[in-house]
Amino acid sequence: MKTKQSVVCELSPLGEMPAYPSSAQANARAGERYVVARKILCAFLLLLISGNVHAALNVFACEPEWAALTQQLAGNQASIYTATGALQDPHRVEARPSLIAKARRAQLLVCTGAELEIGWLPVVLRESGNGAIQSGSSGNFEAAQYVTMLEVPARLDRAEGDVHASGNPHIQTDARNFLPVAEALSKRLIQLDPANTQLYQQQYATFSQQWRAAIAKWEKQAASLKDVPVIVQHKGFPYLSNWLGLKQVAELEPKPGLEPSAAYLAKVLNELQQHPARMVLRAAYQDGRPSEWIAQRAHIPAVMLPYTVGGTPQATDLFTLFDDTIQRLLAGLK
Amino acid sequence: MSRYFYWYVALAVLLGNPLNALAATDDDLQAIREQIQQLKQNYEQRISQLEQRLQQAEANSRQAESIAAQAQAAAQQPTRSGAVATSSESSFNPAVSLILSGTYGQFKQDTAVAATGFALNANNPGYTQGLSLKESELSIAANIDPQFRGAATFALAPAGGISVENAFVQSSALGNGFNLKMGRFFSGLGYLNEQHAHAWDFVDQPLVYRVLWDNQIGEDGLQLKWLAPTDMFVEVGGELGRGRGFPGTDRQNKNGAGAGVLFAHIGDDIGIEHSWRAGLSLHETRRVNAVSTGVPDLLNTAGGVSNSFSGDSRTAGLDFVWKYAPNGNLRERYLKLQGEYFRREESGLLTYNLATTDSYAVAQSGWYLQGVYQFMPAWRSGLRYDRLDPGIAAVGALNAGNVISNYAFNPSRLTWMVDYSPSEFSRLRLQLARDDSRQGLPDNQLFLQYIMSLGAHGAHQY
Repeated sequence: MKTKQSVVCELSPLGEMPAYPSSAQANARAGERYVVARKILCAFLLLLISGNVHAALNVFACEPEWAALTQQLAGNQASIYTATGALQDPHRVEARPSLIAKARRAQLLVCTGAELEIGWLPVVLRESGNGAIQSGSSGNFEAAQYVTMLEVPARLDRAEGDVHASGNPHIQTDARNFLPVAEALSKRLIQLDPANTQLYQQQYATFSQQWRAAIAKWEKQAASLKDVPVIVQHKGFPYLSNWLGLKQVAELEPKPGLEPSAAYLAKVLNELQQHPARMVLRAAYQDGRPSEWIAQRAHIPAVMLPYTVGGTPQATDLFTLFDDTIQRLLAGLK
Repeated sequence: MSRYFYWYVALAVLLGNPLNALAATDDDLQAIREQIQQLKQNYEQRISQLEQRLQQAEANSRQAESIAAQAQAAAQQPTRSGAVATSSESSFNPAVSLILSGTYGQFKQDTAVAATGFALNANNPGYTQGLSLKESELSIAANIDPQFRGAATFALAPAGGISVENAFVQSSALGNGFNLKMGRFFSGLGYLNEQHAHAWDFVDQPLVYRVLWDNQIGEDGLQLKWLAPTDMFVEVGGELGRGRGFPGTDRQNKNGAGAGVLFAHIGDDIGIEHSWRAGLSLHETRRVNAVSTGVPDLLNTAGGVSNSFSGDSRTAGLDFVWKYAPNGNLRERYLKLQGEYFRREESGLLTYNLATTDSYAVAQSGWYLQGVYQFMPAWRSGLRYDRLDPGIAAVGALNAGNVISNYAFNPSRLTWMVDYSPSEFSRLRLQLARDDSRQGLPDNQLFLQYIMSLGAHGAHQY
């Protein structure tokens, strides 16, 4: 497609120029202007279509962990765009023009779902003019549909803060959740790109085998974390706690999504006298001050976890994400 | 398994040994050996059959266990199975949200007096003195079917009465970057125009929006947008409407369209911390018998006069917005800078005091520049500067002695605000302004405002 366009653009303009010998000079000037205008137009057209030239499956991943998983399962067959960074609060992202432009060309959208992206994704989808990735179509993949949700509220009331009707959406902190998601995602890749079925099956088999082995390793490493009491800054770790057996004794946010006030922090500190915790956890994207404040006064370590791929320099892919998470938790225990 | 095996072996041994003990002939022995061999084969067959049956029984019990575990897991997940299972009418409920807002305003000058030089324009400041309730906005939105989505916003006026602010259907599966909207919607021109009042960064709209668009132009018609398949955001769109919103004069009893809009937007990210959008808009309408009251004139008529204008109105606008957030994390801190410029040319016939008609042409313009900074989570502060240019009108000879052609004054205003948002759904605001939009009538204004939204968690535009 690109080469074809180039040929059209490189056609000699002289061949199409009207040539009247009587006003050759004027014609030459007009010709130059014509060439320049044409070059600009061609450059613009090339710019427009250049983004369109690709053989790979175009994937729009809402969060870095799903970009990493897609990379594991699709290898070079996917061209992946990650909509949010590890240092961004995934609840608070804007429907930026760049996101809309990327969604326009995506063939597959891989997101957490469970209302995590409710503040921005609906606008991106609506404005994208792309029917293939709308909710309900095969190009729209929501990971939360394939795992057991925790903290499903019995009472839906905003007086409880920013609660999610379908449960806590931070599913990526339990390594075990990646197995069912990977299985479903692999099937979705095959459905969308059947020509590469064998590759996807192979990639999934490899990933699943390596991942199971890694889970066994992590669980062994993290054995000493069982029943360790912790404080969390945001209710973002129920899946991690559930997996490794951490005991969450307090949260620094008075309600999910609300900023901790000084008075509330003092109250948490007071409660810590009765129920001491071993460390205070926060995600890389969160402001460190509330946890540092508590950590200093309660004389416990403040542990920052990568939370997703890219959250720390060590967490470069899914495997190192959990390596680093467990290392940091173990370091907090010392 | 082993229990059966040994039992049969023991039996075989018991059966075999007494026969062995008999001192029999070779033939007999041979016959006995064959019999034993047969017996052995027989037993082995039966043993392996029994083993198979046992394995099957074990597998069955394992299967039953896993089914039980699955059932248990399903029982522990009320939402997932529930979401799939329930199919009553209520599960198709649309997203409903309600915006509640109120203000306290303290200022001196009469809001009925228009900005100097803009008496022929719209003049609705959107605020009042003292304590007041603002419009409550009730929004309902849902997918209609796989092809269309519908959304409506009803504004409930504090004095009573409901007006339809938005009511449109939007295509969701046209594909190829096309997006079609039909119904009543806020025009896609400019940057602020499409944003609902609860998303504004100040209590009121910029002066240029107040005088040129009556704060926000809504249209009844069609909008078609196309998004280019590029890495950069490139969007072009057009609208055809009846000319309902100012400067349109709500074309009645006529076929065709009364107003047209063209716009183009481009935008992108620069790294993960910066994002921007820029736009160009064109608007055109034909105004018919647009009557303005209280218009000052050269004769200094007390209370002004009523003038009527009919003619063409063409507006061009430029807009840009740039946002910066450290690490791209909007929750902690961010800076938003935005500015818009509009210029309108009108030419046609002006009827002075509803009596004397002659030609009239003027080019008016205005701009604003504002910055909003979130300096810590939940707290923001913003500054805005507004300026208008009423232009110099070309007034026909018949009205040269009546109509003011040159006001020689540029209305301006400086506004500062600070707001606090305890959550995503609530906001409290303090706003101070020095309003120099009326010549000789400067004003110091103070506003307090609350804006809260309840119900569905709406997604916001950029």
